[in-house]
Amino acid sequence: MATTGESKTWRRVTVAIPYLWLFIFFLLPFAIILKISLADPIIAQPPFTPTFDEQGGLSITIDNFLFLLTDKLYAITYLKSVVMAFSATVLCLLLGFPMAYGIAKTAPSVRSLLLLLIVLPFWISFLLRVYAWMGLLNNYGVINNTLMWAGIIDQPIQIMYTDFAIFIGLTYSYLPFMILPLYATLERMDLDLIEAAQDLGASRTQSFWDITWPLARPGVIAGCLLVFIPAMGEYVVPYLLGGPESLLIGRVLFDEFFVNRDWPLASAVAIVLLLLLVVPIVFMQRNDANLEAAE
Amino acid sequence: MTKEKRKDFIRIHNVSKHFGDFVAVDDVNLTIGQGELFSILGGSGCGKSTLLRMMAGFETPTGGTIEIDGVDVTALPPYERPVNMMFQSYAIFPHMNVEKNIAYGLRKDGIADNDITKRVDDMLGLVQLGDFRKRKPDQLSGGQRQRVALARALIKEPKVLLLDEPLAALDKKLREQTQFELMNIQDTLGITFVVVTHDQEEAMTLSTRIAVMEKGRFLQVGEPKEIYEYPRSRFVADFIGTINTFEGKVTAAHDDAITVSCPDVVAPVHALRDTDIDIGQEVCVAVRPEKIFISLEQPEDDGAVQIRGVVDDLGYLGNLSLYRIRLETGRMIQVSRQNRRRSAKRFVEWDDEVWVSWRPRSGVVITSED
Repeated sequence: MATTGESKTWRRVTVAIPYLWLFIFFLLPFAIILKISLADPIIAQPPFTPTFDEQGGLSITIDNFLFLLTDKLYAITYLKSVVMAFSATVLCLLLGFPMAYGIAKTAPSVRSLLLLLIVLPFWISFLLRVYAWMGLLNNYGVINNTLMWAGIIDQPIQIMYTDFAIFIGLTYSYLPFMILPLYATLERMDLDLIEAAQDLGASRTQSFWDITWPLARPGVIAGCLLVFIPAMGEYVVPYLLGGPESLLIGRVLFDEFFVNRDWPLASAVAIVLLLLLVVPIVFMQRNDANLEAAE
Repeated sequence: MTKEKRKDFIRIHNVSKHFGDFVAVDDVNLTIGQGELFSILGGSGCGKSTLLRMMAGFETPTGGTIEIDGVDVTALPPYERPVNMMFQSYAIFPHMNVEKNIAYGLRKDGIADNDITKRVDDMLGLVQLGDFRKRKPDQLSGGQRQRVALARALIKEPKVLLLDEPLAALDKKLREQTQFELMNIQDTLGITFVVVTHDQEEAMTLSTRIAVMEKGRFLQVGEPKEIYEYPRSRFVADFIGTINTFEGKVTAAHDDAITVSCPDVVAPVHALRDTDIDIGQEVCVAVRPEKIFISLEQPEDDGAVQIRGVVDDLGYLGNLSLYRIRLETGRMIQVSRQNRRRSAKRFVEWDDEVWVSWRPRSGVVITSED
């Protein structure tokens, strides 16, 4: 009996660890941010009013959220961030799927080398890699110089400090996060299934949409979430590659916190961003569950 | 095992397949008749699966042509061939239920929905899976999955059904039962079946004819009985069942038999003559274990080949017993004997001196070097 009691305790401990982790590193910070978002900014340390006043009464305000709703700038920025993150996700999927498929179908000896090449950029600091893109995209950077040298253009094209540069930067930065989960699902897929579909009368295209695509769906969903979520709040890429007017929500968040030192408003921006991200996650999961049930 | 001449249906003409330097299938010729249940039998890597995949269209032959029902299909992609294949892995689509798996081929042909429903119903009945139509593949047993794979391949009523090791994944009892079901289904539908297998017992029970394959070539093609009783090479004799072989020289040739003098057998061996054999030629006489008799006394049959030996080992298998007999020359032979009677006492014991004998007709002469 002693052993079962011991193993029970042990089981409880192992289950408790992830919950504890989530509590300390997710729920608690979230509660703090929520608390700050309901305060007023003051010039003090910390720069927001306490939740409880001197008499012990609750002192909260939803002014920050109302401000987000009334100032059109925020709505536009949120929308722009969603569109930008969404397009980068779609492009990552379009680029990543053939790459992941190709890697999964090569000989195992070559496969590990190709995977290494996908992961290799991570060995260099993210910031440096984005800096490198500045060198590529500049008016007198590698791309413009090459095009001018080749005689295709005679004036440099303005790529740097545009939304297009952000789009390139986001796609480049998050492509590996799309490729890796896709590779993991495609690699496990039984090639016999595709042959069986073709044997039963499906052309190559049909067998792809009937077999490969639905079986790769978990990887597609995981990849899209892994790209979309960080791309939504991305700060470095728009800051370095985007122009002063290309406002994305990550940058607004940063500016509110560190430039304007308006912590309550910044917290409200963060909470809304989080809500915006929860929607696609829940939608994807529901969609997946429905499809499972339907079949 | 009907003797009547069947219409030639599949013609494999000088087909080869090379993978780099490796020759998987080496200039093979074969004709399979309509409605046959034909087995290609061989060990792993003999080229049997490659040949099957060429018939299905998954591999293109390096040379030669494949004709099905008078049409050259060599260059056709799999989805345009009048054949369907049952994969060794079954390759059941894991994201579709039983019904959708079976209907897949018909959907790809653009058949009307109500027609599909009817045909799927019929097929579910044939493979006895009516109660499982809504199940997902991961909720099925191995035997049920095998039936889904079979039903899915059969529903398009292909001219030829290709089966890659159809029973290999099933346990022994289920395998035996499924063998007969396969034969019944084949008989009902009249579709030509081509089975690839490494299991000689499976090939023997299922097939109208068997092709024994080794190193990309056919060693012998014939009815199961022919292959078993008259193996033309030592490889075939060994691959299908067990056989005792005695090397020797031909000393005399008669109208219907030859005499072979073997070092292991003191008396000359009479064996049925089949091909042209010269006197003095080195040949091999092969005798199946069940055709050799074992007795404590010298048999009275003068015509029989008789040799003395000692029981070296014996094994009781229930329905029969296996004996390993050491001949006077030290050579080991295997004899099997049916256990017709139940008795506590064994018929012979270890180290008993015995006589082994066989009728001259029981031996086969193998001239091939293989």
